Parts: sequence; structure tokens; C-alpha cells
Amino acid sequence: MARLAHDESELRRVIDEDREVEGLGEQELLDLYRSMVLLRTYDERSVVYHRQGRIGTYAIFWNHEAMQAGAVHALAERDWIFPSYRESAIGLLRGIPAATILHWWRGHPAGWWNPADYNVASICVPIASQVPHAVGLAWGKKLRGEDAVSLVFFGDGATSEGAFHEGANFAAVLQTPTVLFCNNNQWAISTPLSAQTRADALADKAVGYGMPGIRVDGGDVLAVYEATREAVERARGGGGPTFVEALSYRTAPHATADDPRVYIDLERVEAEKQNECLGRYERYLRRLGVLGDDLDASIKNEAAELMRAGIAAAEAEPEPDPELLFEHAYVDPPPNLREGWDG
Amino acid sequence: MAELLMVEAINDAFHVELARDDDVMVLGEDVGRAGGVFRATAGLRERFGENRCVDTPLAEAGILGAAVGLCMAGWRPVTEMQYDAFSYPCLDQLITHVGRYHWRTGGQMEFPLVIRMPYGGGVRAPELHDDSPETYYVHTPGVKVAIPSTPADAKGLLAAAIRDPDPVVVLEPKLIYRSERSEVPEGEHVVPLGRARLAREGDDVTLVAYGAMVPLCERAAEELEGEASVEVLDLRSLRPLDEEALLASASKTGRVVIVQEAPRTNGFAGELAAILAEKAILDLRGPVLRVTGFDVPYPYWKIEDAYMPSVERVAAAVRKLLAF
Repeated sequence: MARLAHDESELRRVIDEDREVEGLGEQELLDLYRSMVLLRTYDERSVVYHRQGRIGTYAIFWNHEAMQAGAVHALAERDWIFPSYRESAIGLLRGIPAATILHWWRGHPAGWWNPADYNVASICVPIASQVPHAVGLAWGKKLRGEDAVSLVFFGDGATSEGAFHEGANFAAVLQTPTVLFCNNNQWAISTPLSAQTRADALADKAVGYGMPGIRVDGGDVLAVYEATREAVERARGGGGPTFVEALSYRTAPHATADDPRVYIDLERVEAEKQNECLGRYERYLRRLGVLGDDLDASIKNEAAELMRAGIAAAEAEPEPDPELLFEHAYVDPPPNLREGWDG
Repeated sequence: MAELLMVEAINDAFHVELARDDDVMVLGEDVGRAGGVFRATAGLRERFGENRCVDTPLAEAGILGAAVGLCMAGWRPVTEMQYDAFSYPCLDQLITHVGRYHWRTGGQMEFPLVIRMPYGGGVRAPELHDDSPETYYVHTPGVKVAIPSTPADAKGLLAAAIRDPDPVVVLEPKLIYRSERSEVPEGEHVVPLGRARLAREGDDVTLVAYGAMVPLCERAAEELEGEASVEVLDLRSLRPLDEEALLASASKTGRVVIVQEAPRTNGFAGELAAILAEKAILDLRGPVLRVTGFDVPYPYWKIEDAYMPSVERVAAAVRKLLAF
């Protein structure tokens, strides 16, 4: 196995090197941009909606858009995505209505969806516990002779969890077509990466599982796309799982309830914000001559309009019926489920 | 009808259910090549192939977490936890996902998985091979719990669990895995969840039990012959619970003793006592008594007999109640 890049200057990059990714035409480049703008708009509007009291506590993913869009665009529609709460809006890229995701953050049962309708699993709250699900799904598909791949998102903190380890080991042993995608933003709420692991690089963990690891600049959407595409191709071709470590830096609070000023290096945050992923990609597209002012404005307006319509639809939804308490706990509920309920 | 040991009846259920439904698969530690440490899954790998009876890495949370994903891919996974106390690492997946995922999808996706394990004490085993963990499972919303006490029920309840659309935990009393042969219907045999079995009819007092405590109660009833006519109710499943059968027997005898080997506090006996207090108080001629394990770690086996409910302790409780 090749030595991994441990120096940040050795990370796989496309944008800063002004390379082009093979097979990506103008249309695909713009589709990627649209997805990033959509995610950015969702995120920025959600913070506003939270401040306005229109949604509850919200986990911000500002500057994670390159990792999220880059990874998802490397998948086929039949491939499954397993998001953590940091990727709560990932379903937007698969056609889940914005209102549905807003409902999830509004604590409204209309935030439910059927994973099989979009090949997007439910938003996973307990850290890393979705990793074995992604492995099981990919395994189950493989056993059925279907060539679907699963991609599971998790953060740097998740690599300390037992569920990550068990999932990664199952994936390797069973050679499941799975991409383990780690968005390493170097913070787990207030805990820095140095307090999470003594490993030089999280991607080194791949060696111990007997799977390839790729380390990539998580702020470079094209590098993320290219690396994930390699992992997906290997998975679909029967080559088993890959660990992708996308390195970035958390520039926003962990969530709307968090104040990172007490623990984070604010100068580093400011420096990272100057190099945030959407701006980097926008400048690249403009250098290529693919994106101009008019097109950019229309893409951003489209995303803003989708969010306006989304929050309007969410707020127009009637309050949920308390009877829903008893719906869906079981397919075939036990007879005494409503014991003590008088409506 | 064949005369089978309980563990043979379980193995028979697997052979029937895997042949009946191609979506059923078995996964766990040592279930394939070895056929399970108790031989419950013997012959499955040879007959149905290594993809339908899978030896997994040694990781209980991984087994159950993978089973969640297998359900999403359309499988009906039956997981084995090798021993009661080895199932605790899987509680994370059970509580955070298995019991909630169907609900989380608004009822649109089903998770028809089974978690089965040998459980309970009295087997002269090392530490953590003896626990009676049913309370953890039955306290978890979204999950059903079945516990057989006879070979025929072990087959029928496992078949019901495999066919059930919800996640079901099946706790198998290993103390009586090989204690006795009895008649087991051949071919398909399903015992519906939520129906208790009247193991013995009586008029003066009801012993309520499940698992290995059922034959113990039957022995206690024999011991008490001449003193009292004792009824023994085998619950067979804790959720769904056959409340009707419980209340009917309580109303008939007016005296109830509940026997469980799990620690006392918050054990399932407490739940049953609460139901009786709420719904049968006027039928009762005395307090509901419990004969249980103690609120201590399950002991080393040289003194485990002092921990486990015994015929003597059950008979003493009955006599105390009759004298009330």
C-alpha cells in the first residue's frame, strides 16, 4: 500500500493546481456548483430560521459543501447515502423536498421519509452508529447480485467510536462495496483532533483494516469528487471498501447552541473562511470561463427561491396529530400500547 | 411429531424457515462452520450456503448494525448473540436504531430482524454466561420479546419471530436446551406471539413464569400437591403480553406468585405485579409475591444455586400466600 500523504501540502488537490478532472464537462462542473450553492443556501437560511425561532437547534455545515456535494456526485442514483446530522440536507441532492428536512429540524413528524424512495438513509444522530448500517446495506445488495454502493458520512470524532471500528472491519472482511467518507473538520464540538487520536492521519486507519485509504483536500470539491469516484469504481468493481479522509477545518459553530469562541483559534477560523470551499470553486469556474455573473446570479436565485418555498411549505403544514405518538412504533403493535392514554 | 430437545427444535425451525423464505439469513459468531456453540444453527451453512449462514467478526454491535442495513436491502436477518451477557454491546444499536428505525421512516420501511440468544443461569458456567437480561429488551420501545420454555414453543416462537414484521428478541433458556425431549410438530410450526400457555391447571394459586422458571414452577406445583392446587402460567412472550390470560388466572385463583431469575428491582415480575394491582385488585386474596434473583452480580457457580429461584423458595412463597 502506498505511503499516505501526511503533510497538508501533499493532499490530493485539483482546484489549487488548476487541474481538470477527466470526464467532467461543463455541464457536470455546473451541476456540482448548483449542488454546493443549494447546500450553502440551505445552511445559511437555516441559521437565520433558527434565530427567527422557525426551526429548532440546528447543526451547521458551512464549508462542508465541497465534501458533501463532491462525494454525492461521484455516486449513481442507485447508490445509497448514509448521512450523519452534519449532512442533514444531503437529501436535497436526491430530490428530498427542503420542507421535509426543515420539518426534521422543526421536530415535526413530516420530517419522516422512506429511505428507499431516495436511497438516502434517515439522518443519524448517535455518532458513527450508522456506519454498520451502510455496510449491511451494501453487503445485502451484493448478496442479491445488485451492484449498488453505499457511502457513509461521519466526522473525525466518529473514528473514536466502536461502531466505526466494527463497521469498517465488517466492510473489509465482507468486502462490501462501501465508501467510508470521513469529513475531518478537526473538531468534535470542542475537542480538537489532537485529543481524539494520536494517529498522524485518520486515513492511516485504513491500513489496519486492510483497505485503501485516500486523503484529500476537503475544501476542494473536484478533488473530493475525483477521490470518491475512484473509491466508488473500486467498490462497484468488487474491490471492496475504501476509507476517504477529507481534511477541512470547522469554520462555523458545531451547532446553533454552541459558542466556539471559548475553545477555537479564531485567527485560524478567519483564515479558513477566506479560503472557504464554495468561493474556491466559484473562482475556479470563473477562471475556466464556465461561470459568469448572470449564470451565477440565476443559480443563487434558484436556490434562494427553493428555500423560500421550502420554509413556506413547512410552515403551512398543520400541527401534527398527537395520535401519531402511537403510529409507526410497530408494524404490528402490541395490544396495550395505548395503556394510560385518554386522548 | 418428533421427540426433540429444545436446541434441536430451534435448529429444526431454522431449517424450515430458511427453506420456506429465501430472504431469511443467519449471522453471528460461530454460527456457520461450527453450527453455533450450542449447535442451534448446525447444518445451515452446508444446506443453504455460506451467504445465508454467515460467520461474522466478533462484534455484537457490528452484527446488529449490519442487520439493520440488511433489512434495508430486503433481507430478514436472524442474528445470534452467543450468550446473554455478550449481547450488551448490541444494546447501543438496539436502543438507538433497531427499536426506532421503522418509526423514523414514518412507518414506511420495515425491520423484520431477530436477535436470539441463549440466556439464564444454573449451568455452572464462567462469569457473564448466566444473565437474564429480558428487562433491557422489553423496556426498549419498538421491540418484541419472546421466551420459550418447551421444545415445541422454541420452534414455534422462533418461526413467529422470523415471520414477524417487527424486530423480535428471542431469549432461549439454555438451562433446559438439552434437559428433556418432547414432541415437536414437524414442518411449519408457528406459535403466535402474545399468547400465554397454561402449563398446568389449578384452583388455589397461580405461578407466573417464563423460560427455565416454567419447569421449575411445575416441579414446585408437584411438591405442593396435597397442600394446594397450583396453576402454572407460561407467558411465552413478554411483549406482546397476554394480559387476558394473566388476569383470567388471577381472577380464578385469587393468588399470584411471579417467578423470575433476573435481579429483583425493575424486573418483569414488577411489571406484572403492577398490572395485577391496577386491574385485578378486587380478585386478589393476598399480595402479589415475587420470587426472583437478587440485586447482585450473577454469582460464581459454586454459589449460584443460592441465587437462582428454587422449588423450595417458590413453595415457601406459595405457603406464605396461602396463609395470608
